[in-house]
Amino acid sequence: MTLLETLPNSDTAAATPASPSGNFLQEVMDATPGDSRLAMCIQCGTCGGSCPSAADMDHTPRQLFAMIRADLREQVLRSNTPWYCVSCYYCTVRCPQEVHITDVMYTLKSMAIREKRYADATAPDLSQTFISYIEEYGRSFEFGVAARHQLRHHPFQLPSMLPFGLTMLSKGRMDLIPQHIEGIEQLQAILVRAKELEAS
Amino acid sequence: MPKYILYPGCSLHRMARPYLDSTLALCELLGIELEEVQDWNCCGATEYIAVHHLASYALVGRNLALAAQKVDDTHTVVAACSACYLNLAKTDSYMRQDARLNQQVNEALAAGGLQYIPGSVRVRHLLDVIVNDVGLEHVASSVVRSLKGLRVAPYYGCMIARPDRENRWDNVEHPVAMDRLLKTLGAEVIDFPLKTHCCGGHMTQINLSVAYELIRRLIHGADQYRADVISTLCPICQLNLDAYQGEVNRHFHTSYEMPVLYFTQLMGLAFGLEPETLGIGKEFVAAGPALSHIGVEAVINEGAHATTAVRAGSRKKEKEGLPMPRMPIHEEKSP
Repeated sequence: MTLLETLPNSDTAAATPASPSGNFLQEVMDATPGDSRLAMCIQCGTCGGSCPSAADMDHTPRQLFAMIRADLREQVLRSNTPWYCVSCYYCTVRCPQEVHITDVMYTLKSMAIREKRYADATAPDLSQTFISYIEEYGRSFEFGVAARHQLRHHPFQLPSMLPFGLTMLSKGRMDLIPQHIEGIEQLQAILVRAKELEAS
Repeated sequence: MPKYILYPGCSLHRMARPYLDSTLALCELLGIELEEVQDWNCCGATEYIAVHHLASYALVGRNLALAAQKVDDTHTVVAACSACYLNLAKTDSYMRQDARLNQQVNEALAAGGLQYIPGSVRVRHLLDVIVNDVGLEHVASSVVRSLKGLRVAPYYGCMIARPDRENRWDNVEHPVAMDRLLKTLGAEVIDFPLKTHCCGGHMTQINLSVAYELIRRLIHGADQYRADVISTLCPICQLNLDAYQGEVNRHFHTSYEMPVLYFTQLMGLAFGLEPETLGIGKEFVAAGPALSHIGVEAVINEGAHATTAVRAGSRKKEKEGLPMPRMPIHEEKSP
């Protein structure tokens, strides 16, 4: 028995399920469709330098990728970095190693949501509210998303958003009732099966 | 008449209705037949994939499967929204490259009695179809009201030109397709350095100050280049730059009044269509004053932000008479 194995687990270690492959880098790559090329990162920092919201991130993408390699699973999934990614794909097209950085950010978001490891719930809740309408009706529902999300996360902004909403309504750019598709049961069956496959 | 399958997406049915109306009107004029994907569902925008990755590809897979049942001569599904375009293109492309993803998406689709063979439709953006299939010569021959005298900032946003795995565009950071199109319509097109910078996307729902700064940069950039109007091709870009412009002005103590129109609305005007047909007047920042430069009757815009401040150096035509007092420039007083 090694020294490490005799040490009591820290809370963090106990709460973190081991990566299926025993290697966080491999786990992230496996969960990202296509060839993410994440292992090819040369730590040049072009990604962070190209990112419009890098200043608001806990870690630049480059730092985050170094942390993934160092197996700092918990810290990576708690970082706000993926949640500040605005999907502009600048980093992706500029990366000299052609790492699919935006796709990796999406993978990290879904892992953080699955394990509820995010530090701030605002962005994860937005995604989940948004998709709840898709799963119910097959279409997005802007009014529902905005109202539910604002009430929950930005209640003090509501008064200032009221004229905005009224203008959207008066210009016929927002509806108060959702649209739905005919084949909603078909869509739901597809999504249920996809989630089963995703979990397996 | 070439036929394309149209994937409109949720935004075009709602907040970006003017984009759909102007697209349908001008495609009819250009002789492009658009047939809507039957019972399409939401593409998931940038949200579904943040929660479930495989299911997000299956969600888009249903749309591709339904589109594939419709295609005939052009084998092309056209999207006008950036997020829809990217999600459709990305799903098709990854299903082609990644055998496991292809097999799993099809296994999920089978639960709904569907199947999609990757590559069986070509996913293209409306701008690509207009510039490359219709061609600028045909566009030029349809112009009846030149946009001469209108300075336009061509704004592409992010997800049209990037990541562009299919190499559809000339450049991922400085595309010129819309620049060339607008020049063909007679407009004075500025060489807009921020043309593919981010509008903030969904950030307005997450962190307002971060979102406002991203929006401010773009409006400020267009204003610095003395643009009369920003031309866009994405519903979220239009929403952020237009509907949040009043809030951005309040936040930064600025007084921008930069109208943001879809490129299809500008095309429609050049083709002589009526502003109402093109949904002009549904924008928050009234486009009327800018459009008076090309002799289009100003559209009454009831809900627009009422700002009395006139920015110094504004190119807007003054009414005849005594000079009116001007407000000082607020721009420099950022908090």
